[in-house]
Amino acid sequence: MEVVKEIGHSAVVPTEKKSRAREFWKKWKKQKTAFWAGFFILFLFVIALFGPWIAPYDPYEPNYDVTLQTPSMEYWAGTDEYGRDILSRIIVGTGISLGVSFSSVLVGAVVGTILGLISGYYGGWMDRLIMRWSDVMFAFPDLLLAIAIVAILGPGLTNVVVAVAVFSIPSFARLIRGNTLAAKEAVFVEAARSMGAKSSRIIFRHIFPETVSSMIVFFSMRIGTSILAASSLSFLGLGAAPESPDWGAMLSMGRDYLATSPHVVIIPGIAIFLTVLAFNLVGDGLRDILDPKTKN
Amino acid sequence: MVMSKSLVVVDGIKKTFPIDSGLLSSKKSVKAVNHVSFDIKEGETFSLVGESGCGKSTTGRLVTRLLMPDEGKIWINGEEISKMNETKLREVRKQVQMVFQDPYASLNPRMKIRDVVAEPLLIHTKLSAQERDRIVAEMLEVVGLSSYHAEKFAHEFSGGQRQRIGIARALILKPKLIVADEPVSALDVSIQSQILNLLKDLQEEFHLTYLFISHDLSVVEHISDKIGVMYLGSLVESGPKEMIFANPRHPYTKALLSSVPIPDPRAKRERIILQGDVPSPVNPPSGCLFHTRCPFVMDICKSTPPALREAADRDHFVACHL
Amino acid sequence: MSENIMEVKHLQTQFTRDNQKTVVLDHVSFHIKKGEVLGLVGESGCGKSVTSLSIMRLFKDTTGEITNGEIVYNGTNLLSISESDMRRIRGKEISMIFQEPMTSLNPVMKIGEQLMEAIRLHLGYSDQKAREQAVSMLTKVGIPRPSEIMGEYPHQLSGGMRQRIMIAMAMSCNPNLLIADEPTTALDVTIQAQILDVMKQLQADEHMSMLLITHDLGVVAEMCNRVVVMYAGRVVEEASVYDLFDEPKHPYTKGLIGSVPKIGQKRARLDSVPGNVPTPNNMPKGCKFAPRCKDVMPVCWEKEPVITTVGEERFCRCWLYQEEGRDGHV
Repeated sequence: MEVVKEIGHSAVVPTEKKSRAREFWKKWKKQKTAFWAGFFILFLFVIALFGPWIAPYDPYEPNYDVTLQTPSMEYWAGTDEYGRDILSRIIVGTGISLGVSFSSVLVGAVVGTILGLISGYYGGWMDRLIMRWSDVMFAFPDLLLAIAIVAILGPGLTNVVVAVAVFSIPSFARLIRGNTLAAKEAVFVEAARSMGAKSSRIIFRHIFPETVSSMIVFFSMRIGTSILAASSLSFLGLGAAPESPDWGAMLSMGRDYLATSPHVVIIPGIAIFLTVLAFNLVGDGLRDILDPKTKN
Repeated sequence: MVMSKSLVVVDGIKKTFPIDSGLLSSKKSVKAVNHVSFDIKEGETFSLVGESGCGKSTTGRLVTRLLMPDEGKIWINGEEISKMNETKLREVRKQVQMVFQDPYASLNPRMKIRDVVAEPLLIHTKLSAQERDRIVAEMLEVVGLSSYHAEKFAHEFSGGQRQRIGIARALILKPKLIVADEPVSALDVSIQSQILNLLKDLQEEFHLTYLFISHDLSVVEHISDKIGVMYLGSLVESGPKEMIFANPRHPYTKALLSSVPIPDPRAKRERIILQGDVPSPVNPPSGCLFHTRCPFVMDICKSTPPALREAADRDHFVACHL
Repeated sequence: MSENIMEVKHLQTQFTRDNQKTVVLDHVSFHIKKGEVLGLVGESGCGKSVTSLSIMRLFKDTTGEITNGEIVYNGTNLLSISESDMRRIRGKEISMIFQEPMTSLNPVMKIGEQLMEAIRLHLGYSDQKAREQAVSMLTKVGIPRPSEIMGEYPHQLSGGMRQRIMIAMAMSCNPNLLIADEPTTALDVTIQAQILDVMKQLQADEHMSMLLITHDLGVVAEMCNRVVVMYAGRVVEEASVYDLFDEPKHPYTKGLIGSVPKIGQKRARLDSVPGNVPTPNNMPKGCKFAPRCKDVMPVCWEKEPVITTVGEERFCRCWLYQEEGRDGHV
C-alpha cells in the first residue's frame, strides 16, 4: 500500500514574489544544452545582421584564379567553382536562411493562431471547415505541397516564404485549437462570460495568453523544419536564385563537384545541420520550461 | 414589514445534457435540472443545497444564463431572460454577478489584481483609467484588502484573500443579485467564517440578493433566509430556513440534516443513515426519484412522481406522497 | 510497556525545495492509546498529513525527510528499523486510508485481486482462505453482493463504495493501528454518514486504535476520544474531546471552534480568526499564531512557547498558560 506519490496539500507552496522573467531565466540556465544552443542562435543572429560587414570577401564577385580551393589560411572554408569565398557566402547566407524561415513561420503562426482560436472558441461549422481543411493539408507530404505552391506561384524567395508558411498554418491551427478548447473550460473564462464580456474580449484577453507559451515552443521547433524546407526548395532550384549565397542553393550548385571538392557541399550542409539542431534543442528546452505537459 | 418584490423568478426550468456513450450505442442524456421553480425576494438569501450531481450548480448557471434552459422561464428584475440574445443579456448581467467555488481557478493568473477587479468596469462602463483605479482601490478596502494589493498577481494571495478578490470583482458594478456557487467550500474553516461574515456585511451594506449554492448545511443554515433542497435535478423541498431545519418534511431532507456531523461531542444524534448511493442521473428511477433510498417508501412512490405542493405551513413546499 | 500503542516524540520533518530546507513539522509529540480514536485536527498546511506520512515513512519520490525525533510503536522506534522491516509493519500492523481512494487503488486490477494480494502477502493465507477473508471483509464494511464486487474494477464503483473497499483493504490484515487521512472529505454528506458509521462499528468490534486526521470538527466530535490540534507544523493543544469542545484553551482552538457554523445555533456572526496561515518560509519568530491571536502579548512575538500541562491529560502551547506548566517540554 505504498502508493503515495504526492504529499498532500500540507506542503504549502511558497508565495514569495518572483517576476516571471527571473523565474524563466533560472530554469533556462538549468537547461544546459538548450542554453548553449540559444547562445549559438544569438550568434547566428549577430552574423545575420552584420553579415555583409563581417564577410572577409565579396560573396558575389567571381575570382577565376582561385576556383575550388580547399580550406586554407587565406580561405578558411575554401572557395567554390567561381572562386568565391565559401565562408563569406555562408555568412551572408545566414541572413537569407533565418529571414526566410522566420518570416514564413511567422506568417504561418499568425494565420494558424487566428484560425485555431476561431475554430476552438466558436466550434460548429467553422470548426469543422477549418479542421477538415487542415486534414486535407496534412494529407500532402509537406515538401510536395511546397513544391506545388512554388510551381504555381513561380520560383523566388518570396514565394518560398508563402509556400513554407502555407504548410505551417494547419499545424499551428491544430495546436492553438487544442489549447483554446482547454482554456475555454477555465473557470476564469466562465467568470468573464458571467460578467458579460464579449467574445472578442474573452478570446484576446483570456484565451490567447493561455496559448502563447506552447506557441513559442512550437514556433522555435518549426524554424528548423522551415529552414530545411526552404533549403530543399532552393536545392531543387525552386527557391533562391542559383547565384545567391542561400545555403540550399550552395548545396545545389556544389553537387557537381561532390567527388572532387566535397567541401563545397559539406560546409553549407554543416551550416544547415547546426542551425536546425540549435533551433530544435532550444525548442525542446523551451517546451520543458513553458509547456511541460506536452512532453512525449 | 413591507412585502418586498421578487427579484428572481424561476418557473419550471429544465436542462438536459447529451452524453456520448460510445460509437454504436444510442444517444443518452442526463436530466441535470428537471422542472425547478423558485423565487427570490429582493434582499433575501436563497440557498440551493444538495449533494454532488443534484443539479444545484447547473441551476445557478441557468439563472446567470451561462447555460440556456431547454424549457421554462427565468425573470430577473422583471425581465424574462431564458431566451434573450447575448446583446440584451449584457445589460442584465450588470445586475447579476457570480462568485465561484475555486478561488484559484476563477482569477486569471496572468492579470494583475487591479485588472481582474476592474474587468466588469471595462466591459460595461466608459470610465477613465484613473476612475477605474479609484473604484478598484475602494472595492478592495470594502472586502478587507488594501489598495496596494492591486499591483499583485493572484498567485501571491492565499485562498481566502483570493475569494475576497473574487467578491470585489462581483461587487464592483453594484449588482442586485450575486450568484455564489460554493463560495466557501474550498476554504479552511477559520477563513470560511471570515468570508461568510463578509458576505453578510456586504448584503446589508449594498442591499444584495444572494442565490447561494452549497453542499454544506451548516453554512446554508447560517447564511440563508430560504432554502431549496435538490435531489437528482429536482427540487424536493423548499421554504423558509426555520421551517426546513426545525420541521423538515421530505425524508431526504430529514436524512440530509441528520447526516451532518455536529461539532459537539455531547450532542444527541438520531441519525437516519440512507442505504446505497445516489442513482445515476442517466437512468433515474421511475416515480419519486428518491424511492430507491427512502425509508418510508410506498407503492405509489415507485410509479407516480410527486408534485411540489404547499405543506401545512405557508411557504413550505414539499414533493412527497407522505 | 505502556498502554500506548504509539508515541511520537519531538518529530521534526523537512522538505527541500530549490536547495532551501523547509521545516514543516517541529517538535510534534503525542501518543495514541490502545483502543482509542485520536483525532489530529488542523487546517491545510498545518502538517497533519505530513505527520501521518512520517509515521508510515512514506517519503519515497519526495524530498521529505525526518530530521529529528522518535516514533515508538509497541516499544520499537520505527525510525531506526530497516526499510524491509518497515514494509512488514505497513499494511499488516499499521494501515492507512487516504482521502481519495482512487489514487490508492490500482485501476487495472480487480477489487478481489487487490484485496487478496495484501492478505496473502501479510498473513500468508492460501488462495481459498484469502478469498474467504476478502469476502468477509467486504461484508463487514457493508458492501452488497461482495462476491460479485470482487470481480469488478475500481472505476465501476462510486466514491463511497471505493472508500469502503479501501477500509476493507486496510482492515483485512487486522491491523493494530489504522491511520485515516481525511477519509470522508471527498464524499457527500449522506455517504460520509455511512462511512463514519462503518468505521466506528469496525473500530469498536476489533478494539483497534485509530489516528483520524481531519479538518472537520464535526467528524472529530463524533468519532474521537482525544484530540490533538495542530497549527503551522506544531501541536498547539491536546485534550479529551469533551474538554476540547467544553473549554478550549489555546486561542487558535477557540477561534477554530467558534468559526464553525452549527445547525440549530442562531448566531448573527461567526467568530473568525483574522489573517491567514503563515507559510513555512515566512514563519513569525515567536509563537507561530501570534499574528492572528487576539490575546497576543509582547512575549509571544519574542519566544515560542513550550507545550505545558494545563489540566489532567491536557496540554497547550501558549504563553497564557506557561506559569501553570510544571513539566513543560519544548
